[in-house]
Amino acid sequence: MILVFVMREATPALTRLGIGRFFTDPDWRPTDDNEASYGVGAMLVGSLLVTAGAVVVAGVPGVLSALFIRYYAPRSVAIVYRRIIELLAGIPSVVFGFWGLVVLVPIINRLAPPGQSLLAGILVLSLMILPTIAVTAESALRSVPRAYSNAAAALGMGRWATIWNITLPGARRGIASGFLLAAARAIGETMAVVMVCGNIIQVPNSPFDPVRTVTANIAMEMGDAQAEHRSALFVTGLVLMLLVAALLIAAGGRRRSDAHG
Amino acid sequence: MADSRSSSIDRVVTAMCWAACAVVCGAFGCILIEIIHAGYAEISWKFLTERPRDAGRAGGIGTVLVSTSLVLGVCLAVSIPVGVGAATWLSEFTTSGSRRARLVTGCVDLLASVPSIIFGLFGMVFFSRMLDLGLSILSGGLTLACMVLPVVIQTTYAGLRSAPDELRLGAAALGLSRTSTLWHLLFPAATHGVVAGLLLSLGRAMAETAALIFTSGYATRMPESLLDSGRTLSVHIYDLALNVTGGESRAYASACLLLGTLLVINLTTSTLAEVWLRKRQVA
Repeated sequence: MILVFVMREATPALTRLGIGRFFTDPDWRPTDDNEASYGVGAMLVGSLLVTAGAVVVAGVPGVLSALFIRYYAPRSVAIVYRRIIELLAGIPSVVFGFWGLVVLVPIINRLAPPGQSLLAGILVLSLMILPTIAVTAESALRSVPRAYSNAAAALGMGRWATIWNITLPGARRGIASGFLLAAARAIGETMAVVMVCGNIIQVPNSPFDPVRTVTANIAMEMGDAQAEHRSALFVTGLVLMLLVAALLIAAGGRRRSDAHG
Repeated sequence: MADSRSSSIDRVVTAMCWAACAVVCGAFGCILIEIIHAGYAEISWKFLTERPRDAGRAGGIGTVLVSTSLVLGVCLAVSIPVGVGAATWLSEFTTSGSRRARLVTGCVDLLASVPSIIFGLFGMVFFSRMLDLGLSILSGGLTLACMVLPVVIQTTYAGLRSAPDELRLGAAALGLSRTSTLWHLLFPAATHGVVAGLLLSLGRAMAETAALIFTSGYATRMPESLLDSGRTLSVHIYDLALNVTGGESRAYASACLLLGTLLVINLTTSTLAEVWLRKRQVA
Protein backbone atom coordinates (compact mmCIF):
# COMPACT_ATOMS: atom_id res chain seq x y z
CA MET A 1 0.00 0.00 0.00
CA ILE A 2 2.78 2.37 0.85
CA LEU A 3 4.56 1.43 -2.33
CA VAL A 4 1.38 2.12 -4.29
CA PHE A 5 1.06 5.55 -2.76
CA VAL A 6 4.63 6.54 -3.35
CA MET A 7 4.31 5.38 -6.94
CA ARG A 8 1.05 7.21 -7.44
CA GLU A 9 2.54 10.45 -6.22
CA ALA A 10 5.60 9.93 -8.33
CA THR A 11 3.72 9.28 -11.55
CA PRO A 12 3.03 12.89 -12.62
CA ALA A 13 6.71 13.71 -12.58
CA LEU A 14 7.69 10.44 -14.17
CA THR A 15 5.28 10.75 -17.05
CA ARG A 16 5.93 14.41 -17.71
CA LEU A 17 9.65 14.34 -17.41
CA GLY A 18 10.54 10.77 -18.19
CA ILE A 19 12.80 8.61 -16.09
CA GLY A 20 15.84 9.58 -18.07
CA ARG A 21 15.96 13.19 -16.92
CA PHE A 22 16.40 12.18 -13.30
CA PHE A 23 19.66 10.54 -14.18
CA THR A 24 20.89 12.71 -17.04
CA ASP A 25 20.15 16.21 -15.76
CA PRO A 26 23.33 17.73 -14.42
CA ASP A 27 21.92 19.10 -11.19
CA TRP A 28 18.93 19.41 -8.91
CA ARG A 29 17.08 22.72 -9.37
CA PRO A 30 13.42 21.78 -9.24
CA THR A 31 12.19 25.25 -8.28
CA ASP A 32 13.85 27.08 -11.13
CA ASP A 33 10.99 28.49 -13.22
CA ASN A 34 12.80 28.77 -16.51
CA GLU A 35 14.76 25.64 -16.53
CA ALA A 36 13.91 23.23 -13.79
CA SER A 37 16.23 20.27 -13.68
CA TYR A 38 15.98 17.10 -11.73
CA GLY A 39 19.30 15.30 -11.65
CA VAL A 40 19.53 13.00 -8.67
CA GLY A 41 22.95 11.76 -9.73
CA ALA A 42 24.99 13.75 -7.23
CA MET A 43 22.72 12.88 -4.34
CA LEU A 44 22.69 9.24 -5.32
CA VAL A 45 26.48 9.29 -5.36
CA GLY A 46 26.37 10.96 -1.94
CA SER A 47 24.07 8.29 -0.56
CA LEU A 48 26.11 5.45 -1.97
CA LEU A 49 29.42 6.92 -0.80
CA VAL A 50 28.19 7.48 2.74
CA THR A 51 26.73 3.99 2.87
CA ALA A 52 29.73 2.25 1.36
CA GLY A 53 32.08 4.19 3.62
CA ALA A 54 30.07 3.31 6.70
CA VAL A 55 29.98 -0.39 5.82
CA VAL A 56 33.73 -0.40 5.20
CA VAL A 57 34.50 1.41 8.45
CA ALA A 58 32.09 -0.66 10.54
CA GLY A 59 32.88 -3.96 8.83
CA VAL A 60 36.17 -4.90 10.45
CA PRO A 61 35.33 -3.90 14.04
CA GLY A 62 31.88 -5.45 13.60
CA VAL A 63 33.19 -8.85 12.58
CA LEU A 64 36.00 -8.64 15.15
CA SER A 65 33.38 -7.90 17.80
CA ALA A 66 31.49 -11.02 16.80
CA LEU A 67 34.68 -13.11 16.95
CA PHE A 68 35.48 -11.53 20.29
CA ILE A 69 32.10 -12.45 21.76
CA ARG A 70 32.21 -15.93 20.31
CA TYR A 71 35.81 -17.01 20.84
CA TYR A 72 38.16 -14.63 22.51
CA ALA A 73 36.42 -12.92 25.37
CA PRO A 74 36.05 -14.41 28.83
CA ARG A 75 32.41 -15.38 29.33
CA SER A 76 31.45 -12.56 31.62
CA VAL A 77 33.07 -9.91 29.41
CA ALA A 78 31.29 -11.36 26.38
CA ILE A 79 27.89 -11.06 28.06
CA VAL A 80 28.48 -7.47 29.10
CA TYR A 81 29.88 -6.56 25.68
CA ARG A 82 26.85 -8.07 23.96
CA ARG A 83 24.59 -5.99 26.15
CA ILE A 84 26.54 -2.85 25.25
CA ILE A 85 26.17 -3.58 21.54
CA GLU A 86 22.45 -4.06 21.98
CA LEU A 87 22.19 -0.75 23.80
CA LEU A 88 24.22 0.94 21.09
CA ALA A 89 21.62 -0.32 18.61
CA GLY A 90 18.94 1.33 20.71
CA ILE A 91 20.31 4.86 20.63
CA PRO A 92 17.97 6.95 18.48
CA SER A 93 19.36 8.33 15.26
CA VAL A 94 18.64 11.90 16.25
CA VAL A 95 20.90 11.49 19.29
CA PHE A 96 23.64 10.03 17.10
CA GLY A 97 23.20 13.00 14.80
CA PHE A 98 23.30 15.46 17.65
CA TRP A 99 26.42 13.85 19.05
CA GLY A 100 28.02 13.95 15.63
CA LEU A 101 27.12 17.60 15.31
CA VAL A 102 28.50 18.73 18.67
CA VAL A 103 31.50 16.39 18.95
CA LEU A 104 32.65 14.98 15.62
CA VAL A 105 31.99 17.97 13.39
CA PRO A 106 34.11 20.42 15.42
CA ILE A 107 36.97 17.91 15.47
CA ILE A 108 36.82 17.42 11.71
CA ASN A 109 36.45 21.14 11.27
CA ARG A 110 39.82 21.62 12.93
CA LEU A 111 41.41 19.15 10.51
CA ALA A 112 39.72 20.45 7.39
CA PRO A 113 36.85 22.93 7.34
CA PRO A 114 33.87 23.00 7.11
CA GLY A 115 33.50 19.91 9.28
CA GLN A 116 30.03 18.94 8.19
CA SER A 117 31.21 16.42 5.68
CA LEU A 118 31.11 13.05 4.05
CA LEU A 119 33.57 11.82 6.65
CA ALA A 120 31.35 12.87 9.56
CA GLY A 121 28.43 11.10 7.95
CA ILE A 122 30.44 7.95 7.42
CA LEU A 123 31.67 7.87 11.01
CA VAL A 124 28.25 8.46 12.56
CA LEU A 125 26.56 5.93 10.30
CA SER A 126 29.23 3.33 10.90
CA LEU A 127 28.58 3.56 14.64
CA MET A 128 24.88 3.13 13.93
CA ILE A 129 25.24 0.03 11.77
CA LEU A 130 28.02 -1.63 13.73
CA PRO A 131 25.54 -3.44 16.01
CA THR A 132 23.72 -4.85 12.98
CA ILE A 133 26.94 -6.23 11.55
CA ALA A 134 28.16 -7.59 14.87
CA VAL A 135 24.87 -9.30 15.78
CA THR A 136 24.36 -10.92 12.37
CA ALA A 137 28.00 -12.00 12.17
CA GLU A 138 27.76 -13.48 15.62
CA SER A 139 24.69 -15.53 14.78
CA ALA A 140 26.31 -16.64 11.52
CA LEU A 141 29.35 -17.83 13.48
CA ARG A 142 27.07 -19.64 15.89
CA SER A 143 25.32 -21.47 13.06
CA VAL A 144 28.56 -23.18 12.04
CA PRO A 145 28.32 -26.65 13.59
CA ARG A 146 30.42 -27.05 16.70
CA ALA A 147 31.55 -30.46 15.46
CA TYR A 148 33.66 -28.72 12.79
CA SER A 149 35.71 -26.71 15.21
CA ASN A 150 35.94 -29.66 17.60
CA ALA A 151 37.31 -31.75 14.77
CA ALA A 152 39.79 -29.00 13.93
CA ALA A 153 40.90 -28.86 17.54
CA ALA A 154 41.28 -32.63 17.56
CA LEU A 155 43.56 -32.33 14.54
CA GLY A 156 45.71 -29.97 16.56
CA MET A 157 44.85 -26.77 14.70
CA GLY A 158 45.34 -23.55 16.62
CA ARG A 159 42.48 -21.28 17.48
CA TRP A 160 43.11 -18.74 14.76
CA ALA A 161 43.77 -21.44 12.16
CA THR A 162 40.43 -22.98 13.05
CA ILE A 163 38.60 -19.70 12.78
CA TRP A 164 40.28 -18.66 9.55
CA ASN A 165 40.03 -21.99 7.75
CA ILE A 166 36.86 -23.51 9.15
CA THR A 167 34.52 -21.10 10.90
CA LEU A 168 34.80 -17.95 8.80
CA PRO A 169 34.33 -19.71 5.44
CA GLY A 170 31.33 -21.50 6.92
CA ALA A 171 29.82 -18.25 8.18
CA ARG A 172 30.78 -16.22 5.13
CA ARG A 173 27.33 -16.02 3.61
CA GLY A 174 25.67 -15.05 6.87
CA ILE A 175 28.23 -12.32 7.46
CA ALA A 176 27.79 -11.00 3.92
CA SER A 177 24.04 -10.84 4.35
CA GLY A 178 24.58 -8.91 7.57
CA PHE A 179 26.70 -6.40 5.62
CA LEU A 180 23.89 -5.98 3.10
CA LEU A 181 21.29 -5.49 5.83
CA ALA A 182 23.53 -2.91 7.44
CA ALA A 183 23.91 -1.14 4.10
CA ALA A 184 20.14 -1.07 3.69
CA ARG A 185 19.82 0.52 7.10
CA ALA A 186 22.52 3.06 6.36
CA ILE A 187 21.11 4.14 3.02
CA GLY A 188 17.65 4.69 4.51
CA GLU A 189 18.94 6.66 7.45
CA THR A 190 17.87 10.28 7.43
CA MET A 191 18.17 12.30 10.58
CA ALA A 192 21.76 11.61 11.54
CA VAL A 193 22.86 12.28 7.98
CA VAL A 194 20.93 15.54 7.68
CA MET A 195 22.61 16.75 10.83
CA VAL A 196 26.24 15.99 10.04
CA CYS A 197 26.69 15.87 6.27
CA GLY A 198 26.39 19.54 5.36
CA ASN A 199 23.71 19.00 2.72
CA ILE A 200 25.32 20.67 -0.25
CA ILE A 201 24.44 18.97 -3.50
CA GLN A 202 27.70 17.99 -5.14
CA VAL A 203 29.82 15.04 -5.98
CA PRO A 204 32.44 15.21 -3.24
CA ASN A 205 36.12 15.39 -4.17
CA SER A 206 37.43 14.45 -0.78
CA PRO A 207 36.04 12.98 2.43
CA PHE A 208 36.02 16.47 3.90
CA ASP A 209 33.54 17.84 1.36
CA PRO A 210 29.91 18.19 2.37
CA VAL A 211 27.36 16.01 0.57
CA ARG A 212 23.61 15.69 0.47
CA THR A 213 22.03 12.27 0.38
CA VAL A 214 18.71 11.29 -1.19
CA THR A 215 17.08 10.90 2.23
CA ALA A 216 18.39 14.23 3.46
CA ASN A 217 17.04 15.90 0.35
CA ILE A 218 13.55 14.56 0.97
CA ALA A 219 13.64 15.62 4.59
CA MET A 220 14.81 19.12 3.78
CA GLU A 221 12.62 19.97 0.82
CA MET A 222 9.39 18.12 1.47
CA GLY A 223 8.07 20.70 3.87
CA ASP A 224 7.60 23.44 1.30
CA ALA A 225 7.57 21.58 -2.00
CA GLN A 226 4.74 22.12 -4.45
CA ALA A 227 3.29 20.21 -7.40
CA GLU A 228 6.03 19.09 -9.76
CA HIS A 229 8.75 19.49 -7.17
CA ARG A 230 6.83 17.38 -4.68
CA SER A 231 6.22 14.69 -7.19
CA ALA A 232 9.90 14.72 -8.10
CA LEU A 233 10.72 14.17 -4.44
CA PHE A 234 8.48 11.14 -4.46
CA VAL A 235 10.45 9.84 -7.41
CA THR A 236 13.61 10.08 -5.31
CA GLY A 237 11.73 8.24 -2.56
CA LEU A 238 10.90 5.54 -5.04
CA VAL A 239 14.53 5.27 -6.11
CA LEU A 240 15.47 4.91 -2.47
CA MET A 241 12.94 2.16 -1.88
CA LEU A 242 14.14 0.25 -4.90
CA LEU A 243 17.73 0.48 -3.65
CA VAL A 244 16.75 -0.81 -0.23
CA ALA A 245 14.63 -3.57 -1.74
CA ALA A 246 17.52 -4.65 -3.97
CA LEU A 247 19.88 -4.81 -0.99
CA LEU A 248 17.37 -6.82 1.04
CA ILE A 249 16.64 -9.25 -1.75
CA ALA A 250 20.37 -9.77 -2.17
CA ALA A 251 20.69 -10.35 1.58
CA GLY A 252 17.73 -12.74 1.65
CA GLY A 253 19.06 -14.68 -1.34
CA ARG A 254 22.36 -15.14 0.42
CA ARG A 255 20.70 -16.35 3.55
CA ARG A 256 18.57 -18.82 1.62
CA SER A 257 21.51 -20.29 -0.25
CA ASP A 258 23.20 -20.53 3.14
CA ALA A 259 20.35 -22.68 4.43
CA HIS A 260 20.66 -25.02 1.48
CA GLY A 261 24.45 -25.12 1.30
CA MET B 1 45.15 -25.17 23.28
CA ALA B 2 48.71 -24.62 24.41
CA ASP B 3 50.18 -24.31 20.92
CA SER B 4 47.46 -21.94 19.79
CA ARG B 5 48.49 -19.56 22.56
CA SER B 6 52.03 -19.66 21.43
CA SER B 7 51.29 -18.90 17.80
CA SER B 8 51.97 -15.24 17.26
CA ILE B 9 49.17 -14.64 14.78
CA ASP B 10 46.68 -15.83 17.35
CA ARG B 11 48.04 -13.31 19.80
CA VAL B 12 47.72 -10.53 17.21
CA VAL B 13 44.10 -11.42 16.50
CA THR B 14 43.31 -11.59 20.19
CA ALA B 15 44.75 -8.13 20.59
CA MET B 16 42.74 -6.87 17.63
CA CYS B 17 39.54 -8.27 19.10
CA TRP B 18 40.18 -6.58 22.41
CA ALA B 19 40.97 -3.39 20.52
CA ALA B 20 37.71 -3.58 18.57
CA CYS B 21 35.87 -4.11 21.83
CA ALA B 22 37.65 -1.13 23.36
CA VAL B 23 36.83 1.11 20.36
CA VAL B 24 33.15 0.20 20.42
CA CYS B 25 32.84 0.57 24.18
CA GLY B 26 34.83 3.79 23.98
CA ALA B 27 32.52 5.29 21.36
CA PHE B 28 29.46 4.18 23.29
CA GLY B 29 30.83 5.59 26.53
CA CYS B 30 31.85 8.79 24.79
CA ILE B 31 28.34 9.39 23.46
CA LEU B 32 26.76 8.50 26.76
CA ILE B 33 29.07 10.61 28.88
CA GLU B 34 28.96 13.60 26.56
CA ILE B 35 25.16 13.68 26.46
CA ILE B 36 24.57 12.92 30.10
CA HIS B 37 27.33 15.16 31.39
CA ALA B 38 26.09 18.16 29.46
CA GLY B 39 22.41 17.43 29.75
CA TYR B 40 21.90 16.20 33.25
CA ALA B 41 22.42 19.51 34.98
CA GLU B 42 19.71 21.14 32.87
CA ILE B 43 17.00 18.70 33.82
CA SER B 44 14.82 19.88 36.62
CA TRP B 45 11.18 19.72 37.52
CA LYS B 46 10.73 23.14 36.00
CA PHE B 47 12.34 22.03 32.75
CA LEU B 48 10.02 19.04 32.54
CA THR B 49 6.82 20.96 33.10
CA GLU B 50 7.27 24.41 31.59
CA ARG B 51 6.43 25.17 28.00
CA PRO B 52 9.25 26.07 25.60
CA ARG B 53 9.86 29.78 25.10
CA ASP B 54 11.85 31.65 22.49
CA ALA B 55 11.79 28.75 19.99
CA GLY B 56 13.06 26.39 22.65
CA ARG B 57 16.09 28.38 23.81
CA ALA B 58 14.44 28.95 27.16
CA GLY B 59 11.67 27.41 29.14
CA GLY B 60 11.10 23.68 29.37
CA ILE B 61 9.69 20.82 27.42
CA GLY B 62 6.34 20.31 29.14
CA THR B 63 4.19 20.62 26.04
CA VAL B 64 6.67 18.56 24.04
CA LEU B 65 6.32 15.74 26.53
CA VAL B 66 2.54 15.94 26.32
CA SER B 67 2.66 15.76 22.51
CA THR B 68 5.13 12.90 22.65
CA SER B 69 2.95 10.82 24.91
CA LEU B 70 -0.15 11.56 22.81
CA VAL B 71 1.60 10.51 19.60
CA LEU B 72 2.89 7.36 21.29
CA GLY B 73 -0.56 6.67 22.71
CA VAL B 74 -2.22 6.91 19.29
CA CYS B 75 0.53 4.78 17.78
CA LEU B 76 0.23 1.98 20.33
CA ALA B 77 -3.56 2.12 20.51
CA VAL B 78 -3.67 1.38 16.79
CA SER B 79 -0.69 -0.88 16.25
CA ILE B 80 -1.16 -3.25 19.20
CA PRO B 81 -4.70 -4.48 18.37
CA VAL B 82 -4.00 -4.65 14.64
CA GLY B 83 -0.62 -6.27 15.13
CA VAL B 84 -1.80 -8.83 17.67
CA GLY B 85 -4.77 -9.61 15.45
CA ALA B 86 -2.61 -10.13 12.39
CA ALA B 87 -0.16 -12.30 14.31
CA THR B 88 -2.99 -14.40 15.76
CA TRP B 89 -4.42 -14.90 12.30
CA LEU B 90 -1.01 -15.87 10.93
CA SER B 91 -0.25 -18.25 13.74
CA GLU B 92 -3.61 -19.86 14.54
CA PHE B 93 -5.99 -19.46 11.64
CA THR B 94 -3.90 -20.28 8.61
CA THR B 95 -1.52 -23.08 7.87
CA SER B 96 1.95 -21.61 7.85
CA GLY B 97 2.87 -22.73 4.33
CA SER B 98 -0.27 -21.47 2.62
CA ARG B 99 -0.11 -18.87 -0.09
CA ARG B 100 -2.06 -16.27 1.87
CA ALA B 101 0.15 -16.70 4.90
CA ARG B 102 3.28 -16.37 2.78
CA LEU B 103 1.89 -13.25 1.16
CA VAL B 104 1.16 -11.59 4.50
CA THR B 105 4.52 -12.61 5.96
CA GLY B 106 6.24 -11.23 2.89
CA CYS B 107 4.40 -7.94 3.23
CA VAL B 108 5.32 -7.72 6.92
CA ASP B 109 8.99 -8.31 6.16
CA LEU B 110 8.89 -5.72 3.41
CA LEU B 111 7.18 -3.21 5.67
CA ALA B 112 9.83 -3.78 8.31
CA SER B 113 12.55 -2.75 5.91
CA VAL B 114 11.05 0.46 4.52
CA PRO B 115 13.18 3.47 5.52
CA SER B 116 11.42 5.74 7.97
CA ILE B 117 11.55 8.76 5.69
CA ILE B 118 9.37 6.84 3.23
CA PHE B 119 6.85 6.32 6.01
CA GLY B 120 6.97 10.06 6.46
CA LEU B 121 6.17 10.64 2.78
CA PHE B 122 3.38 8.10 2.89
CA GLY B 123 1.90 9.50 6.09
CA MET B 124 1.95 13.00 4.69
CA VAL B 125 0.06 12.02 1.57
CA PHE B 126 -2.32 9.51 3.04
CA PHE B 127 -3.16 10.70 6.54
CA SER B 128 -2.46 14.41 6.29
CA ARG B 129 -3.75 15.09 2.77
CA MET B 130 -6.14 12.35 1.71
CA LEU B 131 -7.83 11.77 5.06
CA ASP B 132 -7.50 15.49 5.70
CA LEU B 133 -6.05 15.18 9.17
CA GLY B 134 -3.48 17.87 8.43
CA LEU B 135 -0.28 18.21 10.42
CA SER B 136 -1.60 16.63 13.56
CA ILE B 137 -0.79 14.34 16.41
CA LEU B 138 -3.30 11.88 15.01
CA SER B 139 -1.63 11.56 11.61
CA GLY B 140 1.81 11.36 13.24
CA GLY B 141 0.64 8.59 15.54
CA LEU B 142 -0.99 6.68 12.70
CA THR B 143 2.15 6.96 10.58
CA LEU B 144 4.21 5.61 13.45
CA ALA B 145 1.68 2.83 13.91
CA CYS B 146 2.32 1.70 10.33
CA MET B 147 6.01 1.80 11.08
CA VAL B 148 5.99 -0.30 14.25
CA LEU B 149 3.32 -2.72 13.05
CA PRO B 150 5.87 -5.26 11.74
CA VAL B 151 7.64 -5.28 15.11
CA VAL B 152 4.40 -6.04 16.95
CA ILE B 153 3.39 -8.73 14.47
CA GLN B 154 6.76 -10.45 14.48
CA THR B 155 7.17 -10.57 18.26
CA THR B 156 3.58 -11.64 18.92
CA TYR B 157 3.84 -14.29 16.26
CA ALA B 158 7.02 -15.63 17.81
CA GLY B 159 5.28 -15.68 21.21
CA LEU B 160 2.26 -17.59 19.91
CA ARG B 161 4.42 -20.04 18.01
CA SER B 162 6.41 -20.80 21.13
CA ALA B 163 3.26 -22.07 22.86
CA PRO B 164 3.45 -25.88 22.65
CA ASP B 165 1.05 -27.67 20.31
CA GLU B 166 -0.12 -29.87 23.19
CA LEU B 167 -2.03 -26.84 24.48
CA ARG B 168 -3.99 -26.58 21.25
CA LEU B 169 -4.59 -30.30 20.91
CA GLY B 170 -5.58 -30.68 24.55
CA ALA B 171 -8.02 -27.79 24.31
CA ALA B 172 -9.54 -29.20 21.15
CA ALA B 173 -9.89 -32.58 22.86
CA LEU B 174 -11.75 -30.94 25.74
CA GLY B 175 -14.14 -29.34 23.28
CA LEU B 176 -13.05 -25.75 23.93
CA SER B 177 -13.95 -23.31 21.18
CA ARG B 178 -11.19 -21.63 19.24
CA THR B 179 -11.86 -18.29 20.90
CA SER B 180 -11.66 -19.63 24.41
CA THR B 181 -8.55 -21.61 23.55
CA LEU B 182 -6.98 -18.39 22.37
CA TRP B 183 -8.18 -16.36 25.27
CA HIS B 184 -7.49 -18.76 28.13
CA LEU B 185 -4.48 -20.67 26.92
CA LEU B 186 -2.60 -19.13 24.05
CA PHE B 187 -2.64 -15.43 24.89
CA PRO B 188 -1.37 -16.05 28.43
CA ALA B 189 1.37 -18.19 26.93
CA ALA B 190 2.22 -15.48 24.42
CA THR B 191 2.17 -12.56 26.86
CA HIS B 192 5.93 -12.20 26.82
CA GLY B 193 5.92 -11.85 23.05
CA VAL B 194 3.29 -9.15 23.19
CA VAL B 195 5.05 -7.28 25.98
CA ALA B 196 8.38 -7.46 24.16
CA GLY B 197 6.69 -6.16 21.04
CA LEU B 198 5.07 -3.36 23.00
CA LEU B 199 8.36 -2.26 24.53
CA LEU B 200 10.31 -2.55 21.30
CA SER B 201 7.79 -0.56 19.34
CA LEU B 202 7.59 2.03 22.10
CA GLY B 203 11.34 2.42 21.81
CA ARG B 204 11.31 2.65 18.05
CA ALA B 205 8.45 5.10 18.03
CA MET B 206 10.13 7.35 20.59
CA ALA B 207 13.35 7.39 18.65
CA GLU B 208 11.69 8.26 15.38
CA THR B 209 12.10 11.69 13.87
CA ALA B 210 12.08 11.48 10.11
CA ALA B 211 8.58 10.05 9.84
CA LEU B 212 7.13 12.73 12.10
CA ILE B 213 8.42 15.97 10.67
CA PHE B 214 5.86 16.01 7.86
CA THR B 215 3.06 14.37 9.75
CA SER B 216 2.81 15.80 13.23
CA GLY B 217 4.73 18.98 12.69
CA TYR B 218 6.64 21.43 14.80
CA ALA B 219 4.17 23.34 16.95
CA THR B 220 5.31 23.88 20.51
CA ARG B 221 2.04 25.01 22.02
CA MET B 222 0.02 22.79 24.28
CA PRO B 223 -2.02 20.46 22.07
CA GLU B 224 -5.73 20.91 22.62
CA SER B 225 -6.93 17.90 20.69
CA LEU B 226 -5.54 15.03 18.68
CA LEU B 227 -5.98 17.14 15.56
CA ASP B 228 -3.52 19.76 16.78
CA SER B 229 0.05 19.75 15.62
CA GLY B 230 2.64 18.92 18.22
CA ARG B 231 6.34 18.13 18.22
CA THR B 232 7.75 15.06 19.87
CA LEU B 233 10.92 14.93 21.90
CA SER B 234 13.11 13.69 19.07
CA VAL B 235 11.79 16.31 16.65
CA HIS B 236 12.47 18.88 19.36
CA ILE B 237 16.10 17.79 19.61
CA TYR B 238 16.49 17.87 15.85
CA ASP B 239 15.00 21.32 15.57
CA LEU B 240 17.02 22.76 18.45
CA ALA B 241 20.27 21.31 17.21
CA LEU B 242 19.92 22.29 13.59
CA ASN B 243 17.59 25.25 13.23
CA VAL B 244 17.87 27.21 16.46
CA THR B 245 21.19 28.83 17.22
CA GLY B 246 21.89 28.81 20.92
CA GLY B 247 19.49 25.96 21.54
CA GLU B 248 22.24 23.49 22.30
CA SER B 249 22.00 23.31 26.05
CA ARG B 250 18.29 22.54 25.87
CA ALA B 251 18.97 20.02 23.12
CA TYR B 252 21.51 18.32 25.38
CA ALA B 253 18.97 18.10 28.15
CA SER B 254 16.25 16.72 25.87
CA ALA B 255 18.68 14.24 24.33
CA CYS B 256 19.73 13.14 27.80
CA LEU B 257 16.11 12.54 28.78
CA LEU B 258 15.34 10.64 25.56
CA LEU B 259 18.49 8.56 25.82
CA GLY B 260 17.81 7.70 29.44
CA THR B 261 14.23 6.63 28.74
CA LEU B 262 15.27 4.49 25.79
CA LEU B 263 18.11 2.84 27.67
CA VAL B 264 15.67 1.92 30.44
CA ILE B 265 13.16 0.54 27.92
CA ASN B 266 15.79 -1.50 26.07
CA LEU B 267 17.39 -2.83 29.25
CA THR B 268 13.97 -3.87 30.51
CA THR B 269 13.20 -5.63 27.26
CA SER B 270 16.41 -7.61 27.12
CA THR B 271 16.28 -8.47 30.83
CA LEU B 272 12.71 -9.69 30.49
CA ALA B 273 13.66 -11.71 27.42
CA GLU B 274 16.50 -13.34 29.33
CA VAL B 275 14.33 -14.14 32.35
CA TRP B 276 11.68 -15.72 30.15
CA LEU B 277 14.25 -17.71 28.23
CA ARG B 278 15.69 -19.11 31.45
CA LYS B 279 12.22 -19.95 32.75
CA ARG B 280 11.43 -21.88 29.61
CA GLN B 281 14.69 -23.78 29.81
CA VAL B 282 13.90 -24.80 33.38
CA ALA B 283 10.34 -25.84 32.54
